[in-house]
Amino acid sequence: MTASPGFELSAAAPEGGALVARPKGAGRRRRGSRLQLVARIAILIVVLGYLILPLFAMLEFSTRGPFGSRTLDSYGAILKNQNVIDGVTTSLQIAVLTVIGMLVLLVPTMVWTVIRVPRMRQVVEFLCLLPLAIPAIVIVVGIAPIYRWMGQHLGVVGASPLTLAFINIILVLPFAYRAIDSSLRSIDSATLADAARSLGAGWPRTIVQVIAPNIRGGILSAAVLAIALVLGEFTISSLLAFNTLQVVIFTLGQQDPFVSVAVSFAALVFAFVLLIAITRFAGGRDRRTQVEVEEPAT
Amino acid sequence: MAERSGDAPGPGTAETASLASGEAGSRRIRGAGNYLALLPFFLYVGLFLILPTLIIAIGAFTTIKGEPTLDNVSRLFTDSVVVETFIKSIQLAVLTAIGGAIFGGLLAWAVVSGNPNGLLRQLVIAASGVLAQFGGVMLAFAFLATFGFNGLVTIFLRDIVHVGLLTDASWLYSLTGLAVVYTYFQIPLMLIVFLPSLDGVRQEWYDASASLGGSSWSFWRHVGGPILAPSFLGALLLLFTNAFSAYATAAALISQGASIVTLEIAGALQSEVVPGQENFGKALALGMIVIVAFVMLLYALIQRRASRWVR
Repeated sequence: MTASPGFELSAAAPEGGALVARPKGAGRRRRGSRLQLVARIAILIVVLGYLILPLFAMLEFSTRGPFGSRTLDSYGAILKNQNVIDGVTTSLQIAVLTVIGMLVLLVPTMVWTVIRVPRMRQVVEFLCLLPLAIPAIVIVVGIAPIYRWMGQHLGVVGASPLTLAFINIILVLPFAYRAIDSSLRSIDSATLADAARSLGAGWPRTIVQVIAPNIRGGILSAAVLAIALVLGEFTISSLLAFNTLQVVIFTLGQQDPFVSVAVSFAALVFAFVLLIAITRFAGGRDRRTQVEVEEPAT
Repeated sequence: MAERSGDAPGPGTAETASLASGEAGSRRIRGAGNYLALLPFFLYVGLFLILPTLIIAIGAFTTIKGEPTLDNVSRLFTDSVVVETFIKSIQLAVLTAIGGAIFGGLLAWAVVSGNPNGLLRQLVIAASGVLAQFGGVMLAFAFLATFGFNGLVTIFLRDIVHVGLLTDASWLYSLTGLAVVYTYFQIPLMLIVFLPSLDGVRQEWYDASASLGGSSWSFWRHVGGPILAPSFLGALLLLFTNAFSAYATAAALISQGASIVTLEIAGALQSEVVPGQENFGKALALGMIVIVAFVMLLYALIQRRASRWVR
């Protein structure tokens, strides 16, 4: 799918950094009428039912055995399929490179705009959010000539699927920016930097050892979003003819629908578990930060 | 909130920092150096985002030999097949945005009125993150497993209920099928985008309305509704661009007979060697940029208004 503002938008909630936007008053449950309760339950059943049905169907479909029996053969076949293993490996490598590249590019730049050149903050923000206005399929059209050039002039490195990290970093910018920005806003980075520098730390050390640990929640969310984006990225890798996970799943769909549905289901579950884990982890972190930072203000 | 961190690093801070580090350079040189530190970022974005956009913008107006031409762009308006493709894409995006906004909005309301720290809320948000962003190819397969020729629902209706409904699964491979799958991933996206705004509706406002004798209906009619309207509209636009630019699902479901813009672009990209077709893909891409940029501009304007209440 294309770069779409997703669940990090909840990170843009005023609380700053928490992946799960929590409402202001914790016990703010609206005491509604009986009618409201019925409506609420009806909506939950119908809409959630619609969301769950295809997922359940995937599970059912991928466990079909001969003569109506159930089997996990399709899942076993995943591990024996070299293409799938290669696709997963490639995508994971791209994910690692994307996360590292994104953090190296974004964190110092954002910290710097906050501390030294606040005037540039809006420019950086605009550039970071720009990929939202340029669909992935459009980026492919413009970037294909650049990748063709890299493939011809940069040898093995230029032709490697790992070069997809370059473009994935761009795709992840809007989400990463929002996640890191909301963390950065919840701390007084200027004072922190002053303190660190007056104790003799250089800028690299200030950013890595003083600022970064304080925006851990945002960095973590950004990293998870980047991983999810890379593992789910199809448009660009398929049109540039690189065999990433999604491209492999796509191709597999035409050969063995049962295995391809099994891989899809496994990937969705994996992403879900990843997000749950990170929501709990990041949520817990930021709750602490938030109390420290916001209590003096009230 | 914006001011707090934005204004904090004033000249005073820079002074302290430079005193502490014992710099002696003039303010102007230091100022230039400050901007220089942003250079890697600008270079990177320039190379991998701005340059591709320029390649499209220039390519759309030139022939493969680099001579200026309007042929590619004028085809966007004159070629009836192309016009039809854009119209279909827009219809699909509008329809699924509305459907997603309504059902996603209702779901968001149902989730928000529950326990804010509850398990349901956490699960729904995490699942929405996965379904809204991760989907593409995998969701297409999920629907094949549900409504395809051997899908769960198809078989259930045919063999167990014996109803002649949905037996012919070919609808799934058409625009109708696309609309159903798109709506499926629009719902969770709506939830994610709209939830923070719903959270911003304070219990105090509700109580104030109630203490003046307002019913639940009149609260939503006169207070909640108008406050949420800009956020809802903004979310609707976001959903539109999301569906309009989606490619993976369509590629996985519709194998031939490209009928929406993204598929058309992919086709053009793969047939760039065909004479006379070389830069047509770039013109199509430019058309998409113009539409999406326009919608995102509206979104930004609406967002400014929406943020007034959601603090």
